[in-house]
Amino acid sequence: MNIQCPLPAHEGEVVLLGHGAGGRLTGELLDQLVLPAVGGGTGPLEDAALLPGHPRLVMSTDSFVVSPLFFPGGDIGSLAVHGTVNDLAMRGAWPLALSVSLIVEEGLPLAELRAVMESLGKAAQDVGVPVITGDTKVVGRGAADRLFINTTGVGQRHELLAPSAALAHPGDAVLLSGSIGLHGTTVLGTREGLGFESDIASDSRPLHRLVRALAPLGDAVHVLRDPTRGGLAAALNEIARDSSAAVEVEESAVPVPEAVASACDLLGLDPLVVANEGCLVAFVEADAAESALAAMRSVPEGARAVRIGEVLREGPRGRVTLRTLVGARRIVEMPLGEQLPRIC
Amino acid sequence: MKYLDEYRDPVLARQLLDELRRTATRPWRIMEMCGGQTHTLVRQGIDELLPAGMRMIHGPGCPVCVTPLETLDRAMAVAARPGVLLTSFGDMLRVPGTDTDLLSLRARGADVRVVYAPMDAVRLAAEHPDREVVFLAVGFETTAPANAMAVLHAARLGLANFSMLVSHVLVPPAMTALLDDPDCEVQAFLAAGHVCAVMGWREYEPIAARYHVPVVVTGFEPLDLLEGILMAVRQLESGWYEVENQYVRAVRRAGNTAAQDAMRRVFRVTDRAWRGIGELPDSGLELAEEYHGFDAARRFDVGGLCPVEDAECIAGTILTGARLPTDCTAYGTRCTPRHPLGAPMVSSEGTCAAFHTAGRTPTRSTA
Repeated sequence: MNIQCPLPAHEGEVVLLGHGAGGRLTGELLDQLVLPAVGGGTGPLEDAALLPGHPRLVMSTDSFVVSPLFFPGGDIGSLAVHGTVNDLAMRGAWPLALSVSLIVEEGLPLAELRAVMESLGKAAQDVGVPVITGDTKVVGRGAADRLFINTTGVGQRHELLAPSAALAHPGDAVLLSGSIGLHGTTVLGTREGLGFESDIASDSRPLHRLVRALAPLGDAVHVLRDPTRGGLAAALNEIARDSSAAVEVEESAVPVPEAVASACDLLGLDPLVVANEGCLVAFVEADAAESALAAMRSVPEGARAVRIGEVLREGPRGRVTLRTLVGARRIVEMPLGEQLPRIC
Repeated sequence: MKYLDEYRDPVLARQLLDELRRTATRPWRIMEMCGGQTHTLVRQGIDELLPAGMRMIHGPGCPVCVTPLETLDRAMAVAARPGVLLTSFGDMLRVPGTDTDLLSLRARGADVRVVYAPMDAVRLAAEHPDREVVFLAVGFETTAPANAMAVLHAARLGLANFSMLVSHVLVPPAMTALLDDPDCEVQAFLAAGHVCAVMGWREYEPIAARYHVPVVVTGFEPLDLLEGILMAVRQLESGWYEVENQYVRAVRRAGNTAAQDAMRRVFRVTDRAWRGIGELPDSGLELAEEYHGFDAARRFDVGGLCPVEDAECIAGTILTGARLPTDCTAYGTRCTPRHPLGAPMVSSEGTCAAFHTAGRTPTRSTA
């Protein structure tokens, strides 16, 4: 069969993998298709939503489709707990209950499913959140990639803590609770068999205790965000957009582990756009920055917390800029979609 | 950190910049040949910190950008055939062909996969004897040896279902083509360190001598670039021109002779069209006659292709350094990484993508 010009039609007609990568393509899909269909509001898209009529309760849902199911530092089961617990925590909430829904591909060894569920159960127990409801579906071979998990969580906000992506203020300090890039490079390395997984493990972990440590600072904590898909670049851009803030970050202050830097260098990826599962960015009042850092460092998951930047009093609103190692400034753009390894 | 932090030290970077400002007395024009170097320059903002008037010209060294449109259209036509599993490196997948790109083709059902090494494609061919596994092989001298090794390995395994769509390009003919252009402003070159790790730098010596241009073999880290620029400026200021090696930790004059041997066994030099630039004599590699059985272009009759470049895209002048991305009327508006009109906006090594990712605008560029 000969294929004659023109080749198949324009790319705008089908969903691309990049639409799920947490960057600009994801934003377009939500703004143009998903939100209009469900009557979504025009406010900022937060990690978790306030439950209407219950001002202290928040709710979040997330689906986990990671491949492979097991990777250094975690697995899809514990990740499904941590991801939703962290989304609740980013609204200043302590997790109250979880639901777990499974979509299992026909042919998945029961031993693997058991291992995932045991990990999920242990993670929920460690967090101290009960799994109170769930659902299980099995689909035919090829209709899913081994196992998908959806978790939904309900949480209760700490007294006085009401962070939102729209609350960054000029003068705020930008804090980061730990190193970036570990989860994304670990999963990529494991999935593709790139051989550097022994040096890297995912940072997957719950952050609710870290947020509880910040609770005494109350409304000095303006924004909390865990930079998952799209990495730190996407998280900062979302905050800058939703708060109309000019965010500036010092490149030399952003902690990038050696193994992550080397892996990203090899693949042509930017650590700023690589996914994380166990760190958060916090925008806090400048006067409270040292107290916030001390509070974060008081728990293991925040032991390496650092100040990485600030919200400028004057500057391009909605923009994130980076002071580079050599002292120049560049704009950090919202990542587009899927990160693709380079040719050489 | 061994071999990374050492080349990203902010204090040393500022010292090199100070030394550069003390050394440069004229507005020199230096071309970095490699897209990887362009990205470091732009991402770090090094090009904006150079002495007044001095300018980096961003060269044609992005293998994705210079891959001819016809090759891309051919790859997509092959990928659309039943039973074909098309493989390539990640950043080839988003490059626009005449009507679509490989990622979009994949979303519609074609089996297009990212590989991290050409040997992965050979492995896929061995694992899927019922499929035709095709590797889209592009790149400069850097990737050619590994691709040659993949062909040799496939031949050893007797794989009848493995083939390559080859579109390799070579650096020296591009340098001479640029220098032969009467409008060429380039006064010195930063040669790509990884190309030289394979080929050494003997090929550049006659170019430096004939055209009186300094050539500095340079790495990719911020300090590599700053030191390479400084070495080039010192030559320019002193009026001498030879090939110098900044990238001593990776490059020898003779290069990697084993890699060169593999290349010569599998490929032969041929004329090659460069996207946006046109046909350059003896500037590419194709499979040698002995390995024609692995040539996907011969194996698959995809009919008459009709590649059509977007009329607004000025990729050719970007790739030769004659214009900046921000000079383009479509830059950042009708041409973005989301909807690229040309390859330099989509490739991770493309100059337009480097500018766009760093948020450069027409009022904030390096002209």
